[in-house]
Amino acid sequence: MQKIGVFVCWCGSNIAGTVDVERVAQAVANEPGVVISTDYQYMCSEAGQLKIRQAIKEYGLTGIVVCSCSPRMHEATFRKTAQAAGLNPYMVEIANIREQCSWIHKDKDEGTEKAIILAKAAIAKLHLNTPLKAGESAVTKRALVIGGGIAGIQTALDIADAGYEVDIVEKSPTIGGKMAQLDKTFPTLDCAACILTPKMVDASAHEKINLFTYSEVEGVSGFVGNFKVKIRKKARHVKADLCTGCGVCTEKCPSRKAPNEFNQGLNKRGAIYIPFAQAIPNVPVIDTEYCVKMKTGKCGLCATVCPSKAIDFEQQDEIVEREYGAIVAATGYKLINLDNFEEFGYAQNKDVITSLELERLMNAAGPTKGTLLRPSDNEHPHEIVFIQCVGSRDVSGCGKPYCSKICCMYTAKHAMMIRDKYPDTKVHVFYIDVRTPGKNFDEFYRRAVEEYGVDYIKGMVGKVVEKDGKLLVQGSDLIANEQIKIEADLVVLATAIEPDPSVKNLATMLTASIDTNNFLTEAHAKLRPVESPTAGVFLSGVCQGPKDVPETVAQASAAAAKVIGLLAKDKLTCNPCVANSNELLCNGCSQCANVCPYGAIEYINKEVNDHGKREVRRIALVNEAVCQGCGACTVTCPSGAMDLKGFTTRQIMAEVDAICK
Amino acid sequence: MQRISEEILSKCRALLEDGTADRVMGWENGEFYYDVTPAVFTKDNLDNMIYDDFCASNQSKYFILESKKEGKIVALLKPCDTYSFNQLLKENRINRDNVYVLGIPCDGKIDVQKAALLGIKGITGVKSVGDEVVFETIYGEKSCAKKDVLFEKCMSCKGKKHMIYDALSNEEQEPETAIANEDFGNRFAYIENLEHMTPDERFDFWRGELSRCIRCNACRNVCPACSCLTCVFDNPKSGVDSKANTDDFEENLFHIIRAFHVAGRCTDCGECTRVCPQNIPLHLLNRKFIKDINELYGEYQAGADIELGMPLTSYTKQDAEPSIVYERGGNK
Repeated sequence: MQKIGVFVCWCGSNIAGTVDVERVAQAVANEPGVVISTDYQYMCSEAGQLKIRQAIKEYGLTGIVVCSCSPRMHEATFRKTAQAAGLNPYMVEIANIREQCSWIHKDKDEGTEKAIILAKAAIAKLHLNTPLKAGESAVTKRALVIGGGIAGIQTALDIADAGYEVDIVEKSPTIGGKMAQLDKTFPTLDCAACILTPKMVDASAHEKINLFTYSEVEGVSGFVGNFKVKIRKKARHVKADLCTGCGVCTEKCPSRKAPNEFNQGLNKRGAIYIPFAQAIPNVPVIDTEYCVKMKTGKCGLCATVCPSKAIDFEQQDEIVEREYGAIVAATGYKLINLDNFEEFGYAQNKDVITSLELERLMNAAGPTKGTLLRPSDNEHPHEIVFIQCVGSRDVSGCGKPYCSKICCMYTAKHAMMIRDKYPDTKVHVFYIDVRTPGKNFDEFYRRAVEEYGVDYIKGMVGKVVEKDGKLLVQGSDLIANEQIKIEADLVVLATAIEPDPSVKNLATMLTASIDTNNFLTEAHAKLRPVESPTAGVFLSGVCQGPKDVPETVAQASAAAAKVIGLLAKDKLTCNPCVANSNELLCNGCSQCANVCPYGAIEYINKEVNDHGKREVRRIALVNEAVCQGCGACTVTCPSGAMDLKGFTTRQIMAEVDAICK
Repeated sequence: MQRISEEILSKCRALLEDGTADRVMGWENGEFYYDVTPAVFTKDNLDNMIYDDFCASNQSKYFILESKKEGKIVALLKPCDTYSFNQLLKENRINRDNVYVLGIPCDGKIDVQKAALLGIKGITGVKSVGDEVVFETIYGEKSCAKKDVLFEKCMSCKGKKHMIYDALSNEEQEPETAIANEDFGNRFAYIENLEHMTPDERFDFWRGELSRCIRCNACRNVCPACSCLTCVFDNPKSGVDSKANTDDFEENLFHIIRAFHVAGRCTDCGECTRVCPQNIPLHLLNRKFIKDINELYGEYQAGADIELGMPLTSYTKQDAEPSIVYERGGNK
């Protein structure tokens, strides 16, 4: 029989406001095994913990039940408390009477009743608890960063500077990401390339950083400290070790049909190409979809002109397997598809463009060499309309419910830069709200309005139609309370951003969770914002939520700090709540191994002694260092041979029985 | 009347004589003509082996233990038995090296209870003639339409193709594909009736059917999917063994739990219903699971292969989310 102490926390008024904590303590005082039941204002405080430690010693407790907040919050705290008083930390059970009682009930009687039931369930479970001992596992001192944009580059640089090896896996042929496509960056208006490309060079030159460009993560197994990752290095059809990056091949390629992704499809590129001049690595890629040689077998001009014989039409994808201690997702974003927003005529009119297209039109390395010309006739636009929140803050279901966060600032930037360079151009901005919190951000926006005379109109645009070579923009001015029409030469849509679609597949591989908008979820929105709930997986940049460059870089460094903290450890303490198989009950059917997401179960042939009968049986064996205690095997096992330490079937059933009593 | 075809008998004899196998698992006469019993034969008593329209049992499960013994055993498997055999192979329960599978033909097996209801009693012989079945009885020869006396499981026959074999007793009869007949397609018709009931009606239906259960465990013991070394209902640590049931509802749950345990692995062999002495249509529980699995994860026939993953134990991104329960509603 256990000697159990029950400690009911008020959590100030958080619990005590809706749950009669004294009644809870009294109600369970006479449950079997309970020798002390008491309540206190803040159990997690030093004084509260002291109360627990003293009670353990005074009453010789063999286990404690703490009725308090979610175990996610303070289970670790109370385990440490118990351990300090000489109790095994796994002889602690938490009854969550805050999130599951006080926070969701209004009626104090109902809340109290439920709290009593949960306390009884925890006591019933505790009766079956056994002391558990945590094992240890080693840490592979290398990190993987998935995504080579500014977020991934910054994270990798910080980890590498701390002395750990980092691999960056980037699916496109070059690192740099979206930031490389930007012209200037707010609020200081430095040129994006000027601040990004040195970082790209740093990353590629860093002895601790290894780049896998034009590569994708294909499979992830293992667990924190010991991930095994399969990386597919897609065939570039150019031998990177021979190529000198002279670019002759890209100039001579006769195919000019492929849309240039780097310029958002505003012009064409060859079938063999380097995405942009500062690309890293400076090695071309053959786009097999457009390459004449790959399609028809004739041509091969690039191979003929290549002075270093680097072209290899036969090259195949290569799979590399690497081990890592930590993984950082930095997969970034893309613009949403505008098919749902026909009213703006994006598909019909060449002169209705996205803000990212405008970045390319204003960039010196872009298709117009930095002169602002509208795509339809290469004329200077004299009247430009910006439409904000295209697909953002949209609850109609056509777009995204969230704010894309970056559009207010970049639209102010675009408007200001156009007014600065082409003072004869009128610029109107339709907005719902202008949101510019951030250091020097609101000042920046006000400069656009006050110094550069950008015409901000509060209201949305209903329709954009072509009329006599112009774009007739019909919208409403909510402040003047009138409908307005503007004949514009160019319309720029501040298009909502969404996580890169690759993140869904990646989340599955990493067993990291994603929210309804496909952003990766953090372990705690406030207190653990750069960690995924999956141990050893960290989040950097827009894959976690919309953010601008300064914020991305800050988060990237934060994620790096967390990774460094992990890699600095030689050993990790394992979770002792792992599965184990009863060899006498195991049928050897392999169903548990089929469902195990961690590959923690293997089968061995072992001689067992079944009540005097010796025979060799095929039985399941759990690798305790790999098992994460998810319990999938325990519910799959038809014979009940699999059980989870700390959450045994009998413990769960005891809880259910206590609740149903 | 000859109770086994010369083809099967001579093939078995040859296998034993040339040393390919040491034993044969088949059927022998029981107390009554229709009362056949599974049995293991050697060279010495092979002549006692029989196989006719009364040999309905699915013998696959026997090979879990038989294949662990020394030497090789010949398994006489009807087409539908091969599904169960495959499923057990997939679950690593049978040592394939110790079993020689001889595929034997089947034209549907006869339920003596159904015959009795038609007034056919005192049976001393049986013979299928086309769609008719002719019984020799102590009261003289009687005949009826075969479909009127088939077992429930034969009413939804999976077809005549063997899914696994080392040899066939009659190679010419083997169809190229596992074309199931029309009845196989219609096997869910009754499930749909159950689905259309209100929850209360359905509850009453099952309470009524299961109230007859005497917990003889025949369904469990015959079921090829219920082959755990120690069943949870026999395991003192499971918390449910030898437990005095607080009411008869708890008793009913035995069948619900069993249906969950075999879900995704049940080949719909129908043995549970065949052996039930209380005539409880237990196969309906399993069929409901099969229907749901087909609808939620795509058509799946357990035991049709050895390689493919099973729907409930392999994850794909297209898998139904748990919210499907709400979307489908309580009556589905």
